[in-house]
Amino acid sequence: MGQTFVQKILGRAAGKVVKTGEIVFVEPDLVLTHDNSSAIIGKFESTKPGGKVKYPDRIVIVLDHVTPAATSKHAAGHSRVRKFVAEQGIQKFFDVGCGICHQVLPEQHLALPGGIVVGSDSHTCTYGAFNTFATGIDRTEAAGLWITGRTWFRVPETIEINLEGYLQKGVSAKDLILTIIGKLGSDGANYKAVEFHGSSVGGLLIHERMTIANMGIEMGAKIAVFPADRVTQNFLFGEELCKDAVWSDSDAEFCQVHSFDLDKIVPVVARPHTVDNVCAVSELPETRVDQVFLGTCTNGRVEDLKSALEVMKGRKVVPSVRMLVGPASRDEYVKALQQGIIEEFVKAGAVVLPPGCGPCLGAHQGALAPGEVCLSTANRNFKGRMGEKDAFIYLGSPETAAATAITGVITDPREV
Amino acid sequence: MAVHYYDQNDINTDLLFPGKYTYTCATGPEIIDHLLEDLDPDFRNEVKPGDVIMAGTNFGCGSSREQPALGLKYVGVSAVIAKSFARIFYRSSINQGLLLVQSPEAVDYYKPGDKVTVDPARGILEVGDAEFSFPPLPADMLEILEAGGLLNWIKQNDV
Repeated sequence: MGQTFVQKILGRAAGKVVKTGEIVFVEPDLVLTHDNSSAIIGKFESTKPGGKVKYPDRIVIVLDHVTPAATSKHAAGHSRVRKFVAEQGIQKFFDVGCGICHQVLPEQHLALPGGIVVGSDSHTCTYGAFNTFATGIDRTEAAGLWITGRTWFRVPETIEINLEGYLQKGVSAKDLILTIIGKLGSDGANYKAVEFHGSSVGGLLIHERMTIANMGIEMGAKIAVFPADRVTQNFLFGEELCKDAVWSDSDAEFCQVHSFDLDKIVPVVARPHTVDNVCAVSELPETRVDQVFLGTCTNGRVEDLKSALEVMKGRKVVPSVRMLVGPASRDEYVKALQQGIIEEFVKAGAVVLPPGCGPCLGAHQGALAPGEVCLSTANRNFKGRMGEKDAFIYLGSPETAAATAITGVITDPREV
Repeated sequence: MAVHYYDQNDINTDLLFPGKYTYTCATGPEIIDHLLEDLDPDFRNEVKPGDVIMAGTNFGCGSSREQPALGLKYVGVSAVIAKSFARIFYRSSINQGLLLVQSPEAVDYYKPGDKVTVDPARGILEVGDAEFSFPPLPADMLEILEAGGLLNWIKQNDV
């Protein structure tokens, strides 16, 4: 019997052949933390007073969640992190303005094929786009990893998702992953690994794979992973950084197999208040919105911004809508500036935010009022997510966000 | 000992502890002010040490923030009993020393007013007049839970 991706990667790290269900102890290649590093420092210092982190070169810290600081309390947290990274000799530190961790790590070539990355952020699974075993942990576990350098994993069962065909014009990777989550359910992959297979995979570009892998956690997945291929090599400037890539054997055992025909995917939204509450945009009753948010680690890349502008075709954001655009990182921001994308959004009436998580988690930069409706390209629409429990969040693609911004109602981008 | 029963699936981390407070509330006393704020605003005033929580499937889905598990442990919740748990929350609860019991049968059986007791050593859960067994944690994880969480375990084992 062949092995799955997780059996191979966890087996290699544990130095033995591993079986599904087995608990293994491994040393991850990287431990990611962000603004929550401040709280993690508190845990580290109370557990190991005056101590040093075990592997400073395996720690990466990105300040991105509430940046620039919204209050002096947030600023104090950031300040504590800067002091700590200097004291501990942590080189992989990315301060306010670099961008969202899940964009910065790939840009820095820190999420690599065959690697193991854990992060105190649930969307750490994004790096599955690069053939990385990448998954979320809590702050306490991050503090433990700073001290010991190791943690445990249960070798999960694996779901195979086969992708065939081509996405049609106006339909994007976001519609695909929302459709998958709608079918499998918000716990459909709980405790499990998800592997993407099929003839369509080679045609999915890095930004599309990132959108898909990013939302693996929204169906409960431990990891959501793509094979390393020519697309991965192009992003990583060649084969060298792909040398540790692994992939499942053709006779590996999968607990479930699902297939999706990309030609049949249509623009969809996840309705409030769960990500698996998915329906076609065309089936939605007329839904007016107050805010459109285009950005986040799910859809804040230059390709997403460009796709949105192509739908807007020079038309302005309607006066009843506030449109917020957040480039995912400084690099993406610069690319968008160079291509004239930022100017077009500003002229269309959008507000451009600094690179970072922005209003996605409801802490700043565009919170919602009671009763308000937002169409967001983010990954989560939980009650209260954008700062107000009596607000309503619909998740959709950059194209749907654009069509909605110019009409004021949630609109199929193929109809404008 | 009271049972806080939520007949609901997918109780997510935002309902357990809203994200907007994530970077300003990190300790037990800070978390308690907002614990379950958007799910059950009375919870934080009513909860007593030893109480249990009961809920449906996929409890704790969403964010990796640890305030839900840390907060529930801090107020003295002795166990969360659910039909299933989301993965990161499950891990986080071990790290915080919070006992989770997965038993869809027990949750279905429960009627308001039933007394609920958990015996983690024997893997037995009593609901009213019925007994349910649940699988114990793997030995390594049980050790962390019994130490009162991961950082206590690290301190005790001097690793």
